[in-house]
Amino acid sequence: MVNQSITKVLVGSIHELPDRLGKTVRVGEREVAVFKLSGGSVRAVENRCPHKGGVLSEGIISGEFVFCPMHDWKICLDDGKVQEPDHGCVKTFKTSIEGNEVYLYLE
Amino acid sequence: MEKKKLILVGNGMAGVRAIEEILKTNSNMFEITIFGSEPHPNYNRILLSKVLQGDTEVKDITLNNWEWYKENNITLYTGESVTKIDSENKVVYTDKDRTESYDELILATGSLPFILPIPGADKKGVTAFRDIKDTDEMLATSKKYKKAAVIGGGLLGLEAARGLLNLGMEVSVIHIASSLMERQLDQTAGKMLQKELENQGMNFLLEKHTEAIIGNERVEAVTFKDGTQIEADLVVMAVGIRPNVELGKDGGLAVNRGIVVNDYMETSVPHIYAVGECAEHNGIPYGLVAPLFEQGKVLAKQICGEETKPYKGSVLSTQLKVSGVEVFSAGDFIEDEEKKALKVFDDQDGVYKKLVFKGNKIVGAVLFGDSRDGNRLFSMIKKQEDVSDTMKVAILQPTGGESTESFVATMSDDEIICGCNGVSKGTIVHAIHEKSCTTVDQIKGCTSATRSCGGCKSLVSDLLQHTLGSDFDSSSQKEAVCGCTSLSRDEVVEEIRAKGLTHVKEVMHVLDWNSSEGCSKCRPAINYYLGMVNPTTYKDERESRFVNERMHANIQKDGTYSVVPRMYGGVTNANDLRKIADVVDKYEIPLVKVTGGQRIDLFGVKKEDLPSVWEELDMPSGFAYGKSLRTVKTCVGEQFCRFGTQDSMGLGIVLEKKFEGLQTPHKVKMAVSACPRSCAESGFKDIGFIGIDGGWELYVGGNGGTHVRGGDLLYKVKTDEEAIEITGAYLQYYRETANYLERTSAWIERVGLEHVKSVLDDKSQRDELNARMDATLSVYKDPWKEIIENKKTKKELFELVKS
Repeated sequence: MVNQSITKVLVGSIHELPDRLGKTVRVGEREVAVFKLSGGSVRAVENRCPHKGGVLSEGIISGEFVFCPMHDWKICLDDGKVQEPDHGCVKTFKTSIEGNEVYLYLE
Repeated sequence: MEKKKLILVGNGMAGVRAIEEILKTNSNMFEITIFGSEPHPNYNRILLSKVLQGDTEVKDITLNNWEWYKENNITLYTGESVTKIDSENKVVYTDKDRTESYDELILATGSLPFILPIPGADKKGVTAFRDIKDTDEMLATSKKYKKAAVIGGGLLGLEAARGLLNLGMEVSVIHIASSLMERQLDQTAGKMLQKELENQGMNFLLEKHTEAIIGNERVEAVTFKDGTQIEADLVVMAVGIRPNVELGKDGGLAVNRGIVVNDYMETSVPHIYAVGECAEHNGIPYGLVAPLFEQGKVLAKQICGEETKPYKGSVLSTQLKVSGVEVFSAGDFIEDEEKKALKVFDDQDGVYKKLVFKGNKIVGAVLFGDSRDGNRLFSMIKKQEDVSDTMKVAILQPTGGESTESFVATMSDDEIICGCNGVSKGTIVHAIHEKSCTTVDQIKGCTSATRSCGGCKSLVSDLLQHTLGSDFDSSSQKEAVCGCTSLSRDEVVEEIRAKGLTHVKEVMHVLDWNSSEGCSKCRPAINYYLGMVNPTTYKDERESRFVNERMHANIQKDGTYSVVPRMYGGVTNANDLRKIADVVDKYEIPLVKVTGGQRIDLFGVKKEDLPSVWEELDMPSGFAYGKSLRTVKTCVGEQFCRFGTQDSMGLGIVLEKKFEGLQTPHKVKMAVSACPRSCAESGFKDIGFIGIDGGWELYVGGNGGTHVRGGDLLYKVKTDEEAIEITGAYLQYYRETANYLERTSAWIERVGLEHVKSVLDDKSQRDELNARMDATLSVYKDPWKEIIENKKTKKELFELVKS
């Protein structure tokens, strides 16, 4: 068992994240889409649709789902699963809110 | 009432399908337990070929996931096999020392791949092609080894061979007969198929009898009875399947090739049923998927004690799942004394079609190279259709494109459209009406039709066309905005007006949307309708906008954006060009392209650079991303042209300045040409102007895109002012009556040119429309400027977080 190091990244203040929209977070080569859902909870997924690499951070949010702007795939932000009738999955990342600060955890 | 205990042995397609049918018939009758030898929930075995060929993944072919078993209170034991049936005491025993009693028992043990009893068949690197485990082994082998031999040139063998080719292996197919797929194709088609697959890179060894598989621990070569041999480090046996009947045999059931069942799927022992590939009905054990749907239905009715028609056997059809090859066969397709064939052979295009008749009835067909008629013919064969009134050749050449559409119209509701998943015409029509499906993909999501081999796609699409077409409109069926509601566009707009609704969320809440935040279809639509109804007070909701309109730039495939500044009427000057050039240099913009609409497009701008690029351009947005007026294309006109009779640039610039930034249901393009030569292509724009002696002709509803449509002449006018007045009223009427995302070309066909004319002919209506238009235009602000001046928006939408 290799110990994976987890990086904790500060995304910013929860109040500065736009409602029901994505934010692009770039850590080195990796891009993560961080979303503030209605109700104020936060989700994070890899910023590329498994279909043709669409940029998920720019998608339309509905509840806990995002619609990829490229070909309208619907993806669940809780588990990263693409919804029927399409198939696939994106990587999800853990987030936390401490005080007003939103953090993202990368493996 | 005590529930009866039902046990299903075999967690595959046939058994679970039967359970689904039972749950549909009576969901409270049984306490259900399922045993499956494989460690997976029920998956679609047909799609393993596609997994191997790389078109889909194992995780995507599950038919019933773990939740489904839970939801239906089914006890599922995977990786566990039933080893013995005691029908006296109605008990089964498993290899995990479990004992379960039953009231009713269903056997759906499927088939076992037939492994040739030759020396070396047990060596490493020899596999069948039947389940996920086999598929995984082939995938893993292809990463380490290069030479594959597939024994068996039937459907499964060829699909496996294509998959191994895709995985980068060299593939030889060994076949005992002299032509491929001889159980589904005649010699001619078999040979054509061989040629096609040889072109794809397969190597064929026909009329070869495999003698032994040699090697140490792992296979190294395959030898044949004629003394020859080939090297191989993977051998796939695809020489056939045999019904898996051991359990039934030991349990004292009558067994021939399969477990013998009657017309109600009952075996020779009371309370024991068999279904799918392990069952033999009327002397036939079926080795394909289609019959199990019919069998499952009959079994379910019978076991639940309801009336049912007896099962009378199935007519089979085959479609090869190898991309680039169209092969279809159905029914009884070998001619003899009694059965006569009609053949069409087109060597030039590689198309071969054969119909087989018994007297006046069509009983079989083979199609190669063009299988579009397959579904239609299969349906005729199943019905044993009498063709004495039809010219036989006409069956093969349905006239015009209407034929298949009218064919789906003639199908009865209970006729199966998708054989792989047992989906009837009625189910699909229901999905179109009740679930607002408008695309083949949506039908796939709702019903599973087209999900497996894809052979029925054309039928589903015909059925969509047929159902949504003129029939659909006239049957008082309305088209809902999207799947979140049953309300149509007109009803939603009516409610917004009547109830004074002002927010997207409010609309969805008040109108009882079935999802609290809507979807990517209805949200942008409602946002547009609200803005259209309340032009001066509504605040556009950016989170309901498609990315391009939210960001005011066009997103490209790599996530960068393109920027098109306004260039009124396609006229520019040195100062603007210099500014553009400086911005290109400074921001290292990789591509500068002139668009079809006479403007300059800067491609590859990074999201975070957009606001600064706009600021330095210091030009208004060209709305190249908008459901809005894009551009007014012009010819040079009377200022320079020898022929131009009018000032086309002048009118174009005035129009573009007046209507810039106007929100419309879809994009709007205009063009002004100074004379009938129409150098600005005025006849193919949403609104086009053509200069004539003493005025302008106005053309509307033109489109040069996907569905090319020439514009219709709406009016001839004498002055620029009249042209602008008509344009304003016309555009406003489109804004108020079109569906969101309906181009003017589709809209004008739907509402009718004469109708629009009759509205615009009325001066008072024209004035009212123009008044509402002017109110809408009065609040326009250039979005780039707004963003540049708003720190908060800039940060929220354009800033990246970097670490």
